[in-house]
Amino acid sequence: MFTKGTKRKFSDPGEEPASSGDPGPAAPSAAARTLSSSYSLQRQSLLDMSLIKLQLCHMLVEPNLCRSVLIANTVRQIQEEMTQDGTWHIMTQALAAAQCPADRLVATEVLCRQTDAAAQAGQSPKPFSVVGLQEGYHSEEVVMEGDVETEVTMSSLSPLSPQLSSASYLTGPFEVGPCWEEEDEEEDHSESSEPSLMSEHSRHPALEELFSDVDPSYYDLDTVLTGTPKMGPYDLLESLSSHGPTALSSSSSCRSDLNELDHIMEIIVGS
Amino acid sequence: IEQGLCFAADIISTVEFNYSGELLATGDKGGRVVIFQHEQESKNRPHLRGEYNVYSTFQSHEPEFDYLKSLEIEEKINKIRWLPQQNAAHFLLSTNDKTIKLWKISERDKRAEGYNLKDEDGRLRDPFRITSLRVPVLMPMDLMVEASPRRIFANAHTYHINSISVNSDHETYLSADDLRINLWHLEITDRSFNIVDIKPANMEELTEVITAAECHPHQCNVFVYSSSKGTIRLCDMRAAALCDRHSKFFEEPEDPSSRSFFSEIISSISDVKFSHSGRYMMTRDYLSVKVWDLNMENRPVETYQVHEYLRSKLCSLYENDCIFDKFECCWNGSDSAIMTGSYNNFFRMFDRNTRRDITLEASRESSKPRATLKPRKVSTGGKRKKDEISVDSLDFNKKILHTAWHPKENVIAVAATNNLYIFQDKIN
Repeated sequence: MFTKGTKRKFSDPGEEPASSGDPGPAAPSAAARTLSSSYSLQRQSLLDMSLIKLQLCHMLVEPNLCRSVLIANTVRQIQEEMTQDGTWHIMTQALAAAQCPADRLVATEVLCRQTDAAAQAGQSPKPFSVVGLQEGYHSEEVVMEGDVETEVTMSSLSPLSPQLSSASYLTGPFEVGPCWEEEDEEEDHSESSEPSLMSEHSRHPALEELFSDVDPSYYDLDTVLTGTPKMGPYDLLESLSSHGPTALSSSSSCRSDLNELDHIMEIIVGS
Repeated sequence: IEQGLCFAADIISTVEFNYSGELLATGDKGGRVVIFQHEQESKNRPHLRGEYNVYSTFQSHEPEFDYLKSLEIEEKINKIRWLPQQNAAHFLLSTNDKTIKLWKISERDKRAEGYNLKDEDGRLRDPFRITSLRVPVLMPMDLMVEASPRRIFANAHTYHINSISVNSDHETYLSADDLRINLWHLEITDRSFNIVDIKPANMEELTEVITAAECHPHQCNVFVYSSSKGTIRLCDMRAAALCDRHSKFFEEPEDPSSRSFFSEIISSISDVKFSHSGRYMMTRDYLSVKVWDLNMENRPVETYQVHEYLRSKLCSLYENDCIFDKFECCWNGSDSAIMTGSYNNFFRMFDRNTRRDITLEASRESSKPRATLKPRKVSTGGKRKKDEISVDSLDFNKKILHTAWHPKENVIAVAATNNLYIFQDKIN
């Protein structure tokens, strides 16, 4: 997939492993495996880099929507390819199994959500929509996928670690809140999903250093990555007269929950 | 090409000549607008012929804070567009992420003296003390250029405004953000018509945004907008109130052999400009500039590689975010040449007729008066010739995103971060 001659020398698509079914040159299987593993590594690295970029969308100024969309699309492409390879499922399983709070790697839990519709349609996994690293804000019902509790490993950003080999945030079908959380989403959504999210988080003993360093507003369900709290339907007239009423109550309750959580985590982690 | 002038400022975010080319406006990251004026030729000082000097400076936008979203609204000027001149005053539209303002720039070179009700200091006179009346007289004074905001078009964009474009009817203009395009009447500030809306019902399904939009130079019902997926849609406002259905759809089929994870990102169009003739339009994506014939939708008629040597560096450019840089492009007055910027303070010009291209550098070293700019070359591997620069030595922090070409003469303005360079072609 990566073009030839890129700095990291990605392998040619034609040399991809068996899934392509391409007769191809009769390369020694070991070499082919090496090439493909190198490709996988680089693809994984690109995935990690992309997720970090989306995560760092949080700024005082609204992040660039175009950039976020392009990065999200890139992540989606990678996910699709990895799904076709079968490596996506393997990776998520591996992450679920490996629960090791190493120095920089702390496991956190994110719901692996699958909409009813998707489950019925039998498609799996649901294509990656957008990454909301802190929160899985979503508008549909939360359904646990079987009995598999997927986990996500993230590397801490402080100190900034370039090596993110196992820092894969995405875990199978999910609906994570978009980093361009829209402003005219109804208030019901947050209220229904909030409790479940909170319970998921509180179940998990270890929390990233990242979260403890980060301003609690990151956890705001409404802000996710764009920092845009939920508003009533955006209406030109409404905004001209005055800013419409906004759903700040739900976000503030979420905020206090997270502050509490933060506090607990700090105690546990002992920072 | 000879060197002209260099002005230092805050980081320049937009550059635009007016219709006659007499005025050149720049907007910067600090919300300021600086307007330069083309000096008239002077017989006494021929070497100053055609210099640009500062004409007016004013603060267009201030930083704002959106308390509801807990976000800052940057005062950075994203775009400036001039209105055609209709009287002695000049008008321009300037916009930041959220608010568009119409500014009137007028000259004052006379002052009234001899008022009846106030004396020369401005103090009011006691009307009962006035025993005679006189007619105030206009006296010359030092030229003063005043800028005043005449209209403020606010609260119509949820997302960041990336383009504004004045319609050929000179009464309306469009403004585009990431997901919507609005049509305004210049006289009316409290409402606008939404003519394009690509926001999905479910924001999680968002995969494409609007990157630029422009009105057709002659047909006031036609406009185009480009997307992050490398497509351009031409719309006719007569067809429907909401132009969600395009009249024409321009997209070049992807070359499957060069497909990579970065293909979509580098296909994202950062700028779209109609030719002065209105027959063509030009688009800028990350690595190339394409000229499209409005009558042919399936592929561009011309493609120019700006810095193809970057194709092998896309992963690094993704890592340092340079891959998201939005370069602009521009036509010359006769549509025979096009110009766009690159890195290392390089900018490129392409002659459409001769197919020749040139790379020049905007730098202080070459900014001695009347110095001739030397063509630059990037070595693409193998042996590096003398005077060539290797790809790895390029400074990616020095990017030329904004350039402008005088509508009639061979004068160009190039913004290199916080320096403005004006180059002129002296064919003597």
